[in-house]
Amino acid sequence: MNRIDQRFSELKEQGRKALIPYITAGDPAPQYTVGFMHALVEAGADIIELGVPFSDPMADGPVIQKACERALKQGTRLVDLLDMVAEFRQVDTETPIVLMGYLNPIERIGYETFADKAASVGVDGVLVVDMPPEEADEFGPLLKARDLAAIFLVAPTTSHARAATICAHGEGYLYYVSLKGVTGAATLNADDVAEHLAPLREMTNLPLCVGFGIRDGVTAAEVAKVADGVIVGSALVNRIAESVEAPETIAGQLKSVLAEMRTAMDA
Amino acid sequence: MTVPVTETKFSDLTRMPDARGHFGPYGGRFVSETLSFALEELEQTYLSLRDDPDFQAEFDRDLAHYVGRPSPLYHAERWSQSLGGAQIWLKREDLNHTGAHKVNNTIGQALLAKKTGKPRVIAETGAGQHGVATATVAARLGLECDVYMGATDVQRQKLNVYRMRLLGARVIPVESGTRTLKDAMNEALRDWVTNVDNTFYIIGTVAGPHPYPQLVRDFNAVVGREARRQSLEQIGRLPDALVACVGGGSNALGLFYPFVEDDAVAMYGVEAGGDGVETGRHAAPLSSNAPRGVLHGNRTYLMSDEGGQVSDTHSISAGLDYPGVGPEHALWKDVGRVNYVAANDKEVLEAFRELTHMEGIMPALESAHALAHAKVLAPTMRPDQHIVVNLSGRGDKDIMTVANIDGIEF
Repeated sequence: MNRIDQRFSELKEQGRKALIPYITAGDPAPQYTVGFMHALVEAGADIIELGVPFSDPMADGPVIQKACERALKQGTRLVDLLDMVAEFRQVDTETPIVLMGYLNPIERIGYETFADKAASVGVDGVLVVDMPPEEADEFGPLLKARDLAAIFLVAPTTSHARAATICAHGEGYLYYVSLKGVTGAATLNADDVAEHLAPLREMTNLPLCVGFGIRDGVTAAEVAKVADGVIVGSALVNRIAESVEAPETIAGQLKSVLAEMRTAMDA
Repeated sequence: MTVPVTETKFSDLTRMPDARGHFGPYGGRFVSETLSFALEELEQTYLSLRDDPDFQAEFDRDLAHYVGRPSPLYHAERWSQSLGGAQIWLKREDLNHTGAHKVNNTIGQALLAKKTGKPRVIAETGAGQHGVATATVAARLGLECDVYMGATDVQRQKLNVYRMRLLGARVIPVESGTRTLKDAMNEALRDWVTNVDNTFYIIGTVAGPHPYPQLVRDFNAVVGREARRQSLEQIGRLPDALVACVGGGSNALGLFYPFVEDDAVAMYGVEAGGDGVETGRHAAPLSSNAPRGVLHGNRTYLMSDEGGQVSDTHSISAGLDYPGVGPEHALWKDVGRVNYVAANDKEVLEAFRELTHMEGIMPALESAHALAHAKVLAPTMRPDQHIVVNLSGRGDKDIMTVANIDGIEF
């Protein structure tokens, strides 16, 4: 059983919701990333989304754009990310890891080579922001064959018919983008989210996780009431951005942001 | 199945893209989910109107009375004679309203925007020609208009920036990444994702997610249809060669597309060689054989490093300063329909000065890339052979750039 499915079935038994932090790998420099990942797990992360830095992150707001710039300036490449996952797995063999990013770095390595390496270092899922299911004919089956979950996005603008297609192709969990816009944009509306999740529940048994616009314990707890998981990115990456001059303090800050959300969600 | 007699070597190319927007292995719709709905809606709107005689008539009427089409096919006799080879004919897109071919497409897309009822349009621009053409149609239709432009380009194209502002558009300088055309397109896509309910994105070239490469090509194909008819009238036959510059590639596709099945007509797409393709400082993904990649919603030849990060590009011409190229060009390179070559900045400036001096026509620096290759090509051909060059835009906007190179400050 894939670690992601395993994790969601454990959470279901415990009656808890998944807390899924996102950080951009290599931000502020590659040597910190694995330490940040362990810190996030200590603070209550159930799954980690590890961002693959890209020069042209079209779906991201300024916070994650700048994180990509910092990581790229430090020379972080997709192959380095895979090494980070391998290093993380020497200590933590249970926390699922999802790589999230854009297609071009994967295209350059080659779909099959990437899938082989990702599976061998212990990656559990892949979310390619600019690859909807219609364009995943070739890549999707390569992931499936290696028990890597192909995770897709659903947006407020997604039609019923498209949502059905996405549910049919999706694995691991569905990433519901809570608002129209880029990452780090305005705060979400939990009632609105609940309204959009209801029809998805009828289409799929996949866990429904919500991202975009979750900033603190309050929003995390609101979303956790209606969703199976809460994804938090810009709120964490903001902390990294504010402390690039004092990187030794970042792990502690990430822990406190995430722990607040964990506490609020479990209350 | 019987093959129709009119079938030629390249007939398949007239049947592109397929239903999902693929040109062979290129093109497609690589976008984040939020945009899928808007692209499906645009595709349906376009497909339903494309063959609608009323829509076509309205488009043709605007092209005639607002843009001033047809644009002339001009025989550059003096320049041809001095080069000592083939006769060079200039397709005068520089004489269009707003001074470039870009308006053909913005007129078409503005009509689509009107049909969808969206009150706001956005655009990305490099040299500013597409931004001006968008601001112009927005003014005419009373639409709100925001234009994203790389901060570097805002600096080197001040005249066009002010033109857009005079037309009532807001010009938003983009400070991220390399601060050029690709970053402007990233920012326009981010805007569109956020404001998709009330905003129509007028993409300026034959790139982007399906259906943009197709519809931008179709709106610009008027250039090639006219050039074909004018060649038959003025030359008495089809030309031997077509030459056009290629950044994203909209003016080139517009000229080439109606000739694609004319096997005897050679085609040359001229990319921005910058400091020279051999230096690595250029914007020539096709002629430098860049790897395949995915950016801005389509798969194409894309300048990127080994890790898949998109490369910086270099060109004297802001309008060609783009690391990718329209997916249809990528396919046409692979099947050998078009020869893709590059002209470097120095050659481009020479061609710019030569045409200005010898014909009294000041070309845009983008178009001067095509002229630079015509200069190479013409002497290899006979005087009874003919080359049609797409003079895609006029050079007024580039006077400051050329003056700076000459060490002149105003």
